Amino acid sequence: MSNTEEKVKAPSEPLFSKKNKRLITDPLSDNNPITIQVLGICSALAITVQVEQAFWMSISVIFVMVFGNLIVSLLRNLIPSRVRIIVQLVIVASLVIIVNESLQAFVPDVSEKLSVFVGLIITNCIIMGRFEAFAMANKAWPSILDAVGNAIGYAWILLLVALVREVLGSGKIWGASIFGNNLPGEESGLYALGYVNNNMMILPPMALIVVGIIIWVQRSMNKELVEEN
Amino acid sequence: MESTLDIFVKAIFTENMIFAYFLGMCSYLAVSKTVRTGVGLGLAVVFVLVVTVPMNYLLENYVLKEGALSWLNPEYGVSGSKTIDLSFLSFIMFIAVVASIVQLVEMLVEKFAPALYGALGIFLPLIAVNCSILGGALFMQDRQYSTILDATSFALGSGIGWFIAIVSLAAIREKIRYSNVPPALRGLGITFIVTGLMGIAFMSFMGVEYGKKKQEKTNTISGGAVETSQIINVKQEN
Repeated sequence: MSNTEEKVKAPSEPLFSKKNKRLITDPLSDNNPITIQVLGICSALAITVQVEQAFWMSISVIFVMVFGNLIVSLLRNLIPSRVRIIVQLVIVASLVIIVNESLQAFVPDVSEKLSVFVGLIITNCIIMGRFEAFAMANKAWPSILDAVGNAIGYAWILLLVALVREVLGSGKIWGASIFGNNLPGEESGLYALGYVNNNMMILPPMALIVVGIIIWVQRSMNKELVEEN
Repeated sequence: MESTLDIFVKAIFTENMIFAYFLGMCSYLAVSKTVRTGVGLGLAVVFVLVVTVPMNYLLENYVLKEGALSWLNPEYGVSGSKTIDLSFLSFIMFIAVVASIVQLVEMLVEKFAPALYGALGIFLPLIAVNCSILGGALFMQDRQYSTILDATSFALGSGIGWFIAIVSLAAIREKIRYSNVPPALRGLGITFIVTGLMGIAFMSFMGVEYGKKKQEKTNTISGGAVETSQIINVKQEN
């Protein structure tokens, strides 16, 4: 695979060559892990009710992915292919334990809200997918870039969905009201004019529909991504 | 306290793995193109959940939980002087159990039940990284079921809920092939939206009352129902 391709190359390839830049920019839109590769949906949707949770989730995934990809890439020639899934799972699980303990120590209330979904980063398909598809066959530096690109591609969709759901669902951004006060009897701002929050946005199924709409918009803008039924 | 049956029914409908927690979405979306493969993966998930959750339950209660090692030496118990709390290891232990059980189950099924292996075959290895399996173990830990029977019925219920979800989505997708979907929505986009609508339908089970514990969820239900009908109207207009 691309492993041999790398070896032929001159060793003095610049750190941010065109090819390396593509590793970061591709997953942001045309090869986005969520909307195109359909990976990592599992843990992504349940924690997009508020921007704050989505933010900490994204940070955790970026951390786990960058270090996981780096470690797998460094060990790629030592891992026997028959047991590679278990080795990869152990690497991710150790990183996730670090993340979980840090979240509990520094942002305990967020950790409470994320509950089991931090643990589920272990089985996040993006991470296993990138290990299998990229880190097992590439050197350390491209693997880090690939991890950063994919993790950010995941993070921005997550934050966008969370933003839509928090603004429309509870009229807040990061816990701060933006449309005024909606306490019954003392409404102010938009609520005084009769605006009502769309409580439906808080319900779990709406996360799926919001992602569906993002996919719709993205594919309408780039016709090449349209699928044959 | 909820009865074992309550836990079972709740896991299928109210707290459906797919529609309430989105667990196992990756394989759910990837393998639901035809009903046949959907049934295969669904059965494999039920099977592996029922095997791994009780295993992890024993691990949690006799090794990992704070003071769980008291059977070795009373000193290690919660009230002993040398309390041991290994719960920080639970992620790595659970995933190790899941991965090895999946491997073991695959070998056993291949040896003793070739027909079943033919049906589940390629799906079994996929399952080690299916979020619903690890999610089952983590929810079991989170909710602290009192007996292993409760944990098993939770696992069976979740598995069946997952099975129902994937089979019904696969059936809908088989039919959608004959519909005129807007080009940009074809494939993935419409699948997301269909899953969302199915999730809204499943939310109507939230009004079900379990045992003697009455929950005041009527408000959410009526609100949800009104908006659901609105959405359906909008869809029909389109």
